[in-house]
Amino acid sequence: MTADVELNNVSIRFGTFTAVKGANFRINAGEFFSILGPSGCGKTTLLRAVSGFLEPSEGAIRIAGHDMRGKGPNQRPTALIFQNLALFPLMTVADNVAYGLRVRGVGKVEREKKALELLRLVALPDQGHKRISELSGGQKQRVAIARALAVQPQVLLLDEPLSALDLRLRQHMRNELRAIQKRVGITFIYITHDQGEALTMSDRVAVMNAGVVEQIADGRTLYDRPETAFVAGFVGENNGFEGRIAAIDGAFAEVDTAVGRLKGRAGAGLKAGDNATIFIRPEALHLANGAALFNATIATTAFEGHATHVYLKGQAGQKIVMTLGRRDEGGDLSPGNTIGLSYAPASAIVLASGGKA
Amino acid sequence: MKPLSAFLIFGLPLITIATYWLMAHLERRRLPEPKPQSFIQRNGWPVSVYLIAAVGFWALILIIFPLLYMVDYSLHPKLPPAAKGGPRDVYTLQNYHYFLFGSNTSRSSWNSTHLYAFWITIVMSLLITMFNFLICYPIAYFMAQVAGASTLRKYMLLLITPYWVNEILRAFAFGILFGTSGLLNTILIKTGLLAQPIDFIGQDIALYAGLTYAYLLLMIMPLYNAIEALDHNQIEAARDLGAPGWRIHWDVVMPFAKPGIASGCTLVFMLSAGALAAPLVLGGPKSLWFTPIVYDRFYQAFNWNQGAAYALVLLLICVAFVLLVMRLFRVSLSEITR
Repeated sequence: MTADVELNNVSIRFGTFTAVKGANFRINAGEFFSILGPSGCGKTTLLRAVSGFLEPSEGAIRIAGHDMRGKGPNQRPTALIFQNLALFPLMTVADNVAYGLRVRGVGKVEREKKALELLRLVALPDQGHKRISELSGGQKQRVAIARALAVQPQVLLLDEPLSALDLRLRQHMRNELRAIQKRVGITFIYITHDQGEALTMSDRVAVMNAGVVEQIADGRTLYDRPETAFVAGFVGENNGFEGRIAAIDGAFAEVDTAVGRLKGRAGAGLKAGDNATIFIRPEALHLANGAALFNATIATTAFEGHATHVYLKGQAGQKIVMTLGRRDEGGDLSPGNTIGLSYAPASAIVLASGGKA
Repeated sequence: MKPLSAFLIFGLPLITIATYWLMAHLERRRLPEPKPQSFIQRNGWPVSVYLIAAVGFWALILIIFPLLYMVDYSLHPKLPPAAKGGPRDVYTLQNYHYFLFGSNTSRSSWNSTHLYAFWITIVMSLLITMFNFLICYPIAYFMAQVAGASTLRKYMLLLITPYWVNEILRAFAFGILFGTSGLLNTILIKTGLLAQPIDFIGQDIALYAGLTYAYLLLMIMPLYNAIEALDHNQIEAARDLGAPGWRIHWDVVMPFAKPGIASGCTLVFMLSAGALAAPLVLGGPKSLWFTPIVYDRFYQAFNWNQGAAYALVLLLICVAFVLLVMRLFRVSLSEITR
């Protein structure tokens, strides 16, 4: 069983501080949905409201069409995986997994059968008798998932569960989580500040900043067509040049910046004279063949195998990053050299300034 | 003092210490190089001497010697000073015999008064401990997991300040509170709940209330420490998995707090069973607490030998009882001292 989650103008306030402002979106049944944002942006607060640990100050949360107001975490069809997992250290692995069934009065035989089944699902068979302290970080992760799945939630909520793991294990667990979600077919709401996690695993990502959901889209759209300056700066590396819009020409806008007049796709609702920022991805920049759009001085370069990152300083001291694929290399990239840069206007985007990442 | 007594009291502990020291020394010699630093090398001479002297004084002079002295005392008959060390000063179990049968020689009848008082003391101390736990657990849980920092400070203050009042004064205050014309009876009669005052003191209710109150703090503190260390997410995880409140306490909080529970219960049980001031002040005319009986052996009967035997029986039974309960609940001594 899976369910959709609907947030209708959900605001959450603590005293005078507003942690979440007017969140209004719908998560489809069976979707892997991530909420991405820097720490303190209100994403965990939003998750706690969905799980029932706190009530929204305004608005309503509906799961499978039912209003969740006044329902505690033990009455909702959700299960939460905590950031520190919160496994019960005094119970065995199998007892941890079966705990949700035990409090529901499921008999011992059936409980053990179900626990075994779930441990097999998370690739931990034959570990049921172990103590939690005997498991590795990745194994604890799997136990937490199995424990949450045991109560057959319609929505699984995950609060940065991978943050305690080392990089390799984290990347492995991403695939694992995605595979488990496909197998059980229920809705996953995944909270993270790691854009790599959000982009690789999710069907859709909501980017949050300062309590506001700025954009909801799939990873590719967030990367290629950000709607706000915050999203452009937070999702992936980006070079932002602030300035004022000189002219709007159909789908394109020209911005007067400290490095000169630059052209890019115009975001929604812009007009000449507005303060705006033009974002150019590092991989969209390249060495100018003919006339350069602007010049910059190389500060350092970093060779990464498949690509080279070139760190530059613009004429007014702006920091600029350019990523060159192996085929685009050429010329003298030694520090101190001034080089001419260019890009295709269609690969740059102009957005109203504000909301720095 | 006879040589055997001197050996029992002073020789035995010193030989024990010497044996352990020798064992440690031999074990150290068998260690491969580099040997870990010795106690004196690690701390330097001045600190080492101070530590050994201070701990030695505390353990030997203040605890072990007096206790063994009492053991020796309890194994001798009561004699006039002139007869001490004489031919009549023999080792005997007559004081323990008296505790059981009420006579130094006859076995015709049980010493029912003293045995009954002893039994009541153990049972009531147990009930007081359980009652105390029931009162303190919710308070400790609230303080450790629910209350904010400022509420917690207020609770701490409210809990600690009453203990500035000394034990005797507190006991007398309870006596006034629970007296036949005391505050509690006055209120109950004025509000029409009672026609006749209840004899709280005669029924020993005042005593039990006083004992419960006296050791509240000693129960709350270990409980608070244990519960405070529990990750709040564990409670939330259990709730999220559908556990009702009582199950969260039973399955998650109490197992985690078990060492604290054991520590608090042990303290309260031992201190209740050994309390003297409250039973003396709040005990009714028919009151049967064991400690006043021990006190009477010493200062009314002037039979220190018998008093020592009585006190040791109380000590041994309490220790044995506590160890048994710990065994039942699978708590080890090292956990309690955590």
